[in-house]
Amino acid sequence: MKALIRCLALAALLLPMSAPLYAAKAGNLDSAGTNVFDRASLQRGASLYVQYCMGCHSMQFQRFQRLVDDLDLSEELVEEFLILGDLEITDYMMSSMPYADAVEWFGKAPPDLSLTARSRGPDWIFSFLRGYYLTETGWNNTVLENPAMPHVLWDLQGVQRAVTETVTDSDGNETTVRVGLELQREGRLSPAEFDGVVRDITAFMQYVGEPAILVRQRIGVWVLLFLSVFTFLSYLLYKEYWKDIKK
Amino acid sequence: MAKSANPVARSVNAVDEWVNERAGVKDFYKKHLSEYWAPKNFNIWYFFGSLSMLVLVNQLLTGIFLTMHYKPDAELAFASVEYIMRDVEWGWLIRYMHSTGASLFFVVVYLHMFRALLYGSYKKPRELVWILGVAIFLVLMAISFMGYVLPWGQMSFWGAQVIISLFGAVPVIGPDLIEWIRGDFLVADATLTRFFALHVVALPMVLLLLVVLHLAALHEVGSNNPDGVDIKAKKDANGKPLDGVAFHPYYTIKDIFGAGVFLLIAAFIVFFWPEGGGYFLKPDNFVEADPLVTPEHIPPVWYFTAFYAILQAVPNKLAGVILMGGAVLILFLVPWLDRSPVRSIRYRGWPSKIALTLFVITFIRLSMLGVSADANIMEIRFWSILYFAFFLLMPVWTSLESTKPVPERVTT
Repeated sequence: MKALIRCLALAALLLPMSAPLYAAKAGNLDSAGTNVFDRASLQRGASLYVQYCMGCHSMQFQRFQRLVDDLDLSEELVEEFLILGDLEITDYMMSSMPYADAVEWFGKAPPDLSLTARSRGPDWIFSFLRGYYLTETGWNNTVLENPAMPHVLWDLQGVQRAVTETVTDSDGNETTVRVGLELQREGRLSPAEFDGVVRDITAFMQYVGEPAILVRQRIGVWVLLFLSVFTFLSYLLYKEYWKDIKK
Repeated sequence: MAKSANPVARSVNAVDEWVNERAGVKDFYKKHLSEYWAPKNFNIWYFFGSLSMLVLVNQLLTGIFLTMHYKPDAELAFASVEYIMRDVEWGWLIRYMHSTGASLFFVVVYLHMFRALLYGSYKKPRELVWILGVAIFLVLMAISFMGYVLPWGQMSFWGAQVIISLFGAVPVIGPDLIEWIRGDFLVADATLTRFFALHVVALPMVLLLLVVLHLAALHEVGSNNPDGVDIKAKKDANGKPLDGVAFHPYYTIKDIFGAGVFLLIAAFIVFFWPEGGGYFLKPDNFVEADPLVTPEHIPPVWYFTAFYAILQAVPNKLAGVILMGGAVLILFLVPWLDRSPVRSIRYRGWPSKIALTLFVITFIRLSMLGVSADANIMEIRFWSILYFAFFLLMPVWTSLESTKPVPERVTT
C-alpha cells in the first residue's frame, strides 16, 4: 500500500509536465471561462453562431438534429430560428457560400469550424474574437496576425485601436510595440456583455468540437464509483486469500 | 470423480473429461495457473506484466469495434473518425479507450521494463524472456506509430512523413527504400492503407505470438522476485518451492485488485481527461492532413520522445538514425552487459543504485527534451551520452562493485 501511494505521488509530480500543448502556440491568451454544461449558454451560442458565423463557416460534422437532442431545443425552434435557407433538420450545418466566391472574396475559403475548439483550444477562440483592432489598412488581430476574416462582431463590440509604446532595445534601435487595445468607438454592447456573447459562441464551438463532452463526465462518475466498489471488494478478497501466506 | 446426482453437474463433468482426454487442458491449467509456483514476495512492480495483458486485450477489443466504422482511405479517414466520435453509439467511448489505452500501454510496459532492471529479471536463466520482451517493445512501437497515422490528421500525416524519411538516411538504397515504404512518391493513400493492414492484422498477430512466447519462456524458468532468490532451490516433499504460491488463485486474485486500481486511473483519463493535456490526443491532429501546410513543430507522441531526442543529438542524419536505433537495440544486450553476481538491486552496491537512478532521470529528461521545439542541443547531447553510458559502462560497475550476500529464502 505504501508503494502504491509513492507511485501515485510520483505520477502527481509528473502531471504538471503535461500542461496543455496549445498554450505553447500563441502568446498570451485570455481565459475563455466557458461552461459547456450551461445549456442556456450553448443555446445562445448556437443562435449567435448561425447569425454571425455560419454564413461563411460550415460545421461539416454537426447535424442540426444534434442541437435538438443535446441542447434541449425543440425541433420547431431549431427549424424556425437556426436553419436558414433550404437545409433540413437532418442536414449538417453547412454554409451556403459557394467555394469559388469565398476564394475570390477572402483569398481562401473560410475554414470549417467543427473542430477548431479542439485544435486551437477555447481560449484561442475567445481571445481571437475579442482581439480585433482597426489599423490604417484594415482589421488586424492580436491572436492571428493579418486575418483574412474581417471583424464580424464589430457592431456589437465597437472599434478597438492598438495602444502602442516605443521601446529602445540594448542596441539603441527604437521599435513600436503593441501593449494593449482600447475601445475607440463603443458598440451596441458593453464590454462585459460582449465578452458574454463571445463566451457563448466559444462554448458552443467547444460543444460542437466534442458533443460527447456533455455526457462523458456524468457517465464517468458512475464508472469511477463502480470501479471503487469493485477495487475495494477485490482488495478484501486479496487480503482474505493472502492472510495465511503473509504473516 | 464421484458420480453426482445432479444431471447438470454430471454433463459438465462428462464434457470436461471428453475435452481433457483430447486436449490436455488440465495439464495446461496446472502448468500455467494452479501449479505455476510464483514467489510469494512480489511487490507493486509485479502488477505491470498482467496489466500489459489487460491493456492488450482492451486494444484488441476496442480496435475491432473501431475498424467496423473506420474507413482506411485518405479521403474518408479523418471524417470517419469524427463519425465514430459523434454518430456511432458509444463510439467516443471506444475511441477514447483505444487512444488512452495506447498511451497507457507504454506506461505499463515502461514500468514493467524498469522492474526488470530493478531486480535483474533479465539475468540467467531469463535472458530469453527479456529478449522476447524487447522484441514485444519493438513491435509495440511499430504498431503505435502506424496506428497514430490512421486518423489522418496533421500530426498523423507529418509524423509519418518525418519518421519514414528517416529511412532515407540508409546509404545507397535510402530514397528507394522510402518510396517502397510509402508505396507512393509522398505519404498518401497507399501509405495509409498499408499502415492500416499492418496495424490491424499483421503486427497484432506478431505481437500475440511474441506475448505467448514471452510467457512460455517465463513459465519454463519461473518468475524472478524482488530478492532475486532462486525459489526452486528450496522445495518441500511434493516438489513445491517453499517460497512459492500457486499463481491461481493467489496472484490472479491479487492482479484483479491491481487491475481495479489501474482501471480507476484509466477510467478517469477516458472520461475526464481524454486528451491527456494534449499528449494523448494532440490538438494539431484535430486538423485534417494537408500535404501543403507543414505544422511549425512536429513532435512525436510522448512515448517516443526520448528516442527522438537522441536522434537530434548529432548533426549527421545517418549517425542520428543509427544512434536512435542503437538506443532501442542496445536493450537486447542488457543480460550480457550486467556482470553482477546478484540479481536484485537490494543486494547490489551503491554504483548500481546510482546508475539506475541516473538512468531514470536521463530517460525522463530526454522524453521532455524530445517534445520541445527549442531544446538546447548541448543538453540533448549531455543526456544522450548518459543514456548510452548507462549501458556501455554497465559491465564495469557491475563487476567492480561489492555486493551483499543474497539470503537463501525470500525476505518478505
